Amino acid sequence: MITIQNISKSFVDKDVLKDVSGTFEKGKSNLIIGASGTGKSVLLKCIVGLEQPDSGVVYFDERNFTEADKEMKSEIRREIGMLFQGGALFDSKTVEQNVMFPLDVLTQMPKDEKLDRVNFCLKRVGLENINKKMPSEISGGMKKRVGIARAIVNQPKYLFCDEPNSGLDPQTAVRIDDLILEITQEFKTTTVVVTHDMNSVIGIGETILFVYKGQKLWEGSKDTIMNSGVPELDDFVFSNKIMRSLR
Amino acid sequence: MREFGKYVLFLGSLLVRREKFKTYYQLILEESIQIGVKSTFLFILVSTFMGAVTTVQTSFNLVSPFVPRFVISQVVRDMAIYELAPTIMAIIFAGKVGSSMAGGIGTMKITEQIDALEVMGINSSSYLVLPKIIASVLMFPLLVVVAGVCAIFGGYLVGTLTGIVTPTEYIQGIRYAFDPYTIKFALTKSVVFAFIISSISCYKGYHTRGGALEVGIASTDAVTTSVITLLLSNYFLAELLLSK
Repeated sequence: MITIQNISKSFVDKDVLKDVSGTFEKGKSNLIIGASGTGKSVLLKCIVGLEQPDSGVVYFDERNFTEADKEMKSEIRREIGMLFQGGALFDSKTVEQNVMFPLDVLTQMPKDEKLDRVNFCLKRVGLENINKKMPSEISGGMKKRVGIARAIVNQPKYLFCDEPNSGLDPQTAVRIDDLILEITQEFKTTTVVVTHDMNSVIGIGETILFVYKGQKLWEGSKDTIMNSGVPELDDFVFSNKIMRSLR
Repeated sequence: MREFGKYVLFLGSLLVRREKFKTYYQLILEESIQIGVKSTFLFILVSTFMGAVTTVQTSFNLVSPFVPRFVISQVVRDMAIYELAPTIMAIIFAGKVGSSMAGGIGTMKITEQIDALEVMGINSSSYLVLPKIIASVLMFPLLVVVAGVCAIFGGYLVGTLTGIVTPTEYIQGIRYAFDPYTIKFALTKSVVFAFIISSISCYKGYHTRGGALEVGIASTDAVTTSVITLLLSNYFLAELLLSK
């Protein structure tokens, strides 16, 4: 479980996050949603330590991550898997080397064992026989799936996904969402997904945290989001025709 | 001063939270091939022609019949060892390798590849930059030696083929009043220049923000800053190591 308490962050003179608190549960896909530019990605970066919050604390299973020393932070980070918006695959490495990378750097595993693990993860995300391809030779959806394989190869306790289906066609986007949910349930990871896609919200939003202008306005699940009673959330949820017709 | 402070902190960050020695060993080998082996042809080409041109131009300016012809190769030798091999080649090194380092790391930065390393608990600056600096410091002096030899050989080739000097005169000039300290001077400069170019280029790349345009700007900045810094340090090294 991940707990965030009163996270605030500002850049120069702009307050991006103001006192955001929440809990992300183990074995569930926890969504952070909101319109573009509301501070979702900054919040995610504060949680994983890529940005230092101005105030507030992040706990990973009761371990204070924000105030931890470098060694402790490094230890916690080794339990994190993250899927980036663009995949963030290493250009100079093949798919196999990309997925194997965390094992190469973080473990003492024998080569054969690492290869088995890589093949298992690639198979798990529905990719086979592309081990020797370079990232530039595969599609955007495949890059995302390789990114997921790399994120789970070291059996992380915490999985973070930043806009996992942005720039993908609807079918591939749904496949990625389903994959994230399956992996979360299968490996009992604490998964945090940042998204502004309502299909993802309806598909995998087990717990949802709505961020508006840097503040948390609502917390709930996909079952209650339609009747939140929060005007800003309603504007967000029912912004497209399909959702309005559902209403 | 603020930028210099950030640069010093960046250098400090290379030495903390390091990875396993085996990881660096592999990376240093890869970088050495990338930096050293793949630059060799350019260095040979440029230095050979510069040695050849120095021979022709020295001969053109040597009008007095009282000055022996072997002075030409002596000039080529000293030019090559003092400036051509370490300094001019360092400028070429900054243009080829430095811009590539800044561009490569800058692209990794804007495509979140560096963030990916950090999230895995890896010190990205140490993992990416330290092997590049070590490989540069190891390979550039070797390239300088190759460039020096090629420049002298280029001068010999043109000098003897065009009849500017005889082979005997050329060899005599190369050996005349040779001070082995000049080699030590050139190699010392090459180590300092390699460190300056690689560290500044990586620093510029690592602090890239924005998109493709900014990566281009970072590459250009890396070359400009490296060249200015190495020219300044060239003067100070000359004062430090050659003043009597």
